[in-house]
Amino acid sequence: MRTFAYSRADSVDHAAHRTMPHAAFVAGGTTLLDLIKLDVLKPENVVDINALPLKRVERLDDGRLKIGALVTNTDLAHHPEVKSHYPVLSEALLAGASTQLRNMATTAGNVMQRTRCPYYRDPAAKCNRREPGSGCDAIDGINRMHAVLGGSDACIAVHPSDMCVGIAAIGATLTLQGPDGEREVDFADFHRLPGDTPHIEHDLADGELITAITLDAPLANAGSHYLKLRDRASYEFALASCAAQVVLDGDTIREARLALGGVATKPWRCSDAEAALVGQVADKASFERAADIALKDAQACEHNGYKIPLARQAVVRALRNAARGETPASETQESQA
Amino acid sequence: MNDMTRPDFDKPRVVGQRTPRIDGEFKLTGRAGYTGELHVDGMLYGYPVSATIANGVLESLDLDAARAMPGVVDIFHHGHFEALHRSPNSMAHGDMVNEVRLPFEDERIYYHGQYVALVVAETFEQARAAAQRVVAHYREERGAVVSLLQTEAEGTLQESAGSSRGDPEAAFGGAEVKVDSTYHIAAESHLQMEMHATLAEWRDAGKRLVVHESTQGVFFQRNAMARVFGLAQENLEVISHYVGSGFGNKLFMWPHSVATAVAARMIGRPVKVVLPRQQDMTSGGNRPASRQRIRLGADRSGKLTSVIHDSTTETSLVHQYVDTCGSATPSFYACDNVSTSQRVLEVNHGTPCPMRAPGEVSGIFALETAMDELAVALEMDPVELRLKNNAEQDPASGLPWSSKHLDECLTSAAKRFGWEQRNPAVGSMRDGDEIIGYGMASCTWSAGRQPCEARVELRADGSLFAACGTQDIGTGTYTIVAQAVAELTGAELSRIEVKLGETSLPAGPLSGGSMATATVLPAVAAAVRDALDAIKEVAVGSGGAFEGSDADALSAEAGGLTDGERRVSFEEILETSKLSSVNGQGSAAPGDERSEYAFRSFGAHFVEVRIDPEISRVRVARVVSSIDIGRAINPPTARNQVEGGIVMGVGMGLLEKLDYDPRDARLINANVADYIVPTHADAPEIDVELLDYPDFKHNEFGGRGVGEIGLTGVASAIANAIYHATGKRHRDLPITIEALLASS
Repeated sequence: MRTFAYSRADSVDHAAHRTMPHAAFVAGGTTLLDLIKLDVLKPENVVDINALPLKRVERLDDGRLKIGALVTNTDLAHHPEVKSHYPVLSEALLAGASTQLRNMATTAGNVMQRTRCPYYRDPAAKCNRREPGSGCDAIDGINRMHAVLGGSDACIAVHPSDMCVGIAAIGATLTLQGPDGEREVDFADFHRLPGDTPHIEHDLADGELITAITLDAPLANAGSHYLKLRDRASYEFALASCAAQVVLDGDTIREARLALGGVATKPWRCSDAEAALVGQVADKASFERAADIALKDAQACEHNGYKIPLARQAVVRALRNAARGETPASETQESQA
Repeated sequence: MNDMTRPDFDKPRVVGQRTPRIDGEFKLTGRAGYTGELHVDGMLYGYPVSATIANGVLESLDLDAARAMPGVVDIFHHGHFEALHRSPNSMAHGDMVNEVRLPFEDERIYYHGQYVALVVAETFEQARAAAQRVVAHYREERGAVVSLLQTEAEGTLQESAGSSRGDPEAAFGGAEVKVDSTYHIAAESHLQMEMHATLAEWRDAGKRLVVHESTQGVFFQRNAMARVFGLAQENLEVISHYVGSGFGNKLFMWPHSVATAVAARMIGRPVKVVLPRQQDMTSGGNRPASRQRIRLGADRSGKLTSVIHDSTTETSLVHQYVDTCGSATPSFYACDNVSTSQRVLEVNHGTPCPMRAPGEVSGIFALETAMDELAVALEMDPVELRLKNNAEQDPASGLPWSSKHLDECLTSAAKRFGWEQRNPAVGSMRDGDEIIGYGMASCTWSAGRQPCEARVELRADGSLFAACGTQDIGTGTYTIVAQAVAELTGAELSRIEVKLGETSLPAGPLSGGSMATATVLPAVAAAVRDALDAIKEVAVGSGGAFEGSDADALSAEAGGLTDGERRVSFEEILETSKLSSVNGQGSAAPGDERSEYAFRSFGAHFVEVRIDPEISRVRVARVVSSIDIGRAINPPTARNQVEGGIVMGVGMGLLEKLDYDPRDARLINANVADYIVPTHADAPEIDVELLDYPDFKHNEFGGRGVGEIGLTGVASAIANAIYHATGKRHRDLPITIEALLASS
């Protein structure tokens, strides 16, 4: 671990206007401190933002829900507004990490979560994301956990968040505060595909701070489900996950929202599959067609090919449960473990 | 030779009764000092720098930046280290080690994680920060052997690890029904809670070495370090009061202990090293991967006519470790034609070492899965097949069993499980989205015993003290020693103090091989009897509490002596005779019974898996086990060992796998997030029955040890249950989601 200068920000303006080289904001610290100890991240300045007034959850007049950046994952998962209007987000949050981590982790911190690629976390390995231009040891290495969607020749690291998959299926706007003032970014545009520049992970300029995430108004009369598939029952990153919302008109799908996790380099909204579902009968054949569309561009490496059929299974089951408006007991007992 | 029929143990008062851990309060309140937590004045912290390649040469170390870091005191490496000697590495002489190569001995790199330097600094954080500044220049070489699982190489035959009786090849050739299958098991990590830790302190101007080590064998550690440093054993003390488990990787010394002691001597201050988890996993032992071929021959009635078990396991390039997979096979089933063979293959990994039920747990997975395949081929119930081939005496030695109740384990566990409700047709049992699979397997572990010494004091303050140089690795040894003392003296448990884990105490055994209980308690009993003889002499002597009585007429009762009419407490007897204490020495060892009987524990596991095939999810829902370990000295801690073994078996069956990069043999999942073990949410509903048949032929307490047997057979029962659910025979562990998908 390298030494760094530590300071506390006492206002958003103060935090965002501070121009420091090699600076990092810290909230829950569940990713940052871990990676500093591994010598992967090497900030020279760490700015603690926990004292900032960004812990509110408020329903806006237009029906949207504004979530302060520092709301913890635990508080958000159990917030009455989230539980009643965005259950898919609550399920996604509770499927992530452990209770202890969720108590520390924050909403914006979760958006900024780094990949769990083992080569990224090992300074002795080649990693374009950690060290631009050094190469990628994952593409020809042990890539069982890696992405089948959104990868490039430079990087196939998965975005590991569960929460973000839930948000992707809801739709949201990020509020960013920077030295030049406040701006808003569509959640779907915030995370970048790796392309040739995997070290640029998101649309956040130097000194900019996420202050809030505002969820789109809830989809009326939707059934929803977040399904996370993994080796063990708890405390593991997704091998494939799916957030689904379905609005039915009788047996017919009137609207659908679909996002994938564990298989893509960013939280993966499946707009084409959503469009294909609209107007279809809510049955297995429709769900399988949607899954085919969602995975049609998937590309596998040596060890992650299984993720393509697994993600298809996640889509079909999540859509089925969302359409039914209920989840069998055999699945719910794990969703909150 | 022990008197096997001592009346004391027919109706024990404390032994066999539920007894809370006497060290529980210390652990709960944080007063139990584990090695990694200890602090002594002037202590420095060491942090090893480990190789980032698995095969090549360390050409140079650039230490300038690290040396300039705050708090750095010294950096040790190949060019800056003491000249030492290797340990002879002898089990018989008690100086076996887990890796014979000394730290920094040469500049060749044999495995990823091998230590190339040790940074010593004033604080742990300073040592770690400086260690990250050490720049090592390697010449990496191609040709690393990545894994037994990624090569066709056969390895070297170990003649002494094989066995043969009858003519198994001919019998197999002529068998009416045959199974011929090959099984692979990935390398596993012990992942014990407490990482390896050493605190070394030299005293008396560098003539005497005191080592605190998280170890399963203080005497083995002492003897090995004495050889390495050329010290007389009397000048070396090893202490290990509390151990956060080991599962076998703390049985013998590792190079970090040597590096720590050298650093402490060269600097002249105590040094502590706690391995970070990554190094604990790369360089602190693993269960080696195995490849096993099993051939079973049987007649149409299900009677085994041939068992051929050929195994290969990994070892490292710097130490030969043989994980003998076939060691239980010759004793498992009644069959006239049985052979086992064992090979080892050198790979570029950190050295493997014993891990809970070493060898046998791998072997039993293969053998018991093959038995399930045979049952399918015979269209026979797998329980019936096992009962049919039950060995009434040990077929390997020809000796009668000291005590064996496998048949009752099979029938009792089957009944509690509800085996009779199993529809044998594949995939026939469903519940909603899930297919239910029922599977079973037998389990076994040898019942060994070692020589042991112990000491007991009866004190005038009313306390009793028992001491033995064995260890409590979290299994409850402190408590069962106190139970033995309480049993023989009638004293209250709260009055009994137990000291373990020091080489200054009477020589005790390794905490390994499920042998500690049967080894230690008879020695403690002998010491108690010696102390009772001593206090009787005091009591009947001049001025004594029973002056003039016949010592033989006195017996122990409720923490005192009685002549049948009058009871006087030990403290009063000692007070009366103006003594502070009396002392008892005891020793015990296995005797002639070892050539008269065969000793082995058996049991059975029944497993229910639930598979949701449309989302490729498999979970173990329920395990019902019946295990015969003789008498359980403390039933809750004994049952806890079996339950823990079952959970570990879920990991072995479905989750655990050390991942070595196929290009360069680097271990890439050396952390507890990427190396997957069961969580609480993965632990099934577990119902363990311990049959209660004291084995007095094994020792006077009737207990055979319980640390390992619970793990054996579990992975096979899971694989067999998955077969029942899906019709797919999984012969490679762990059974991953990929494997499930491939079979759907």
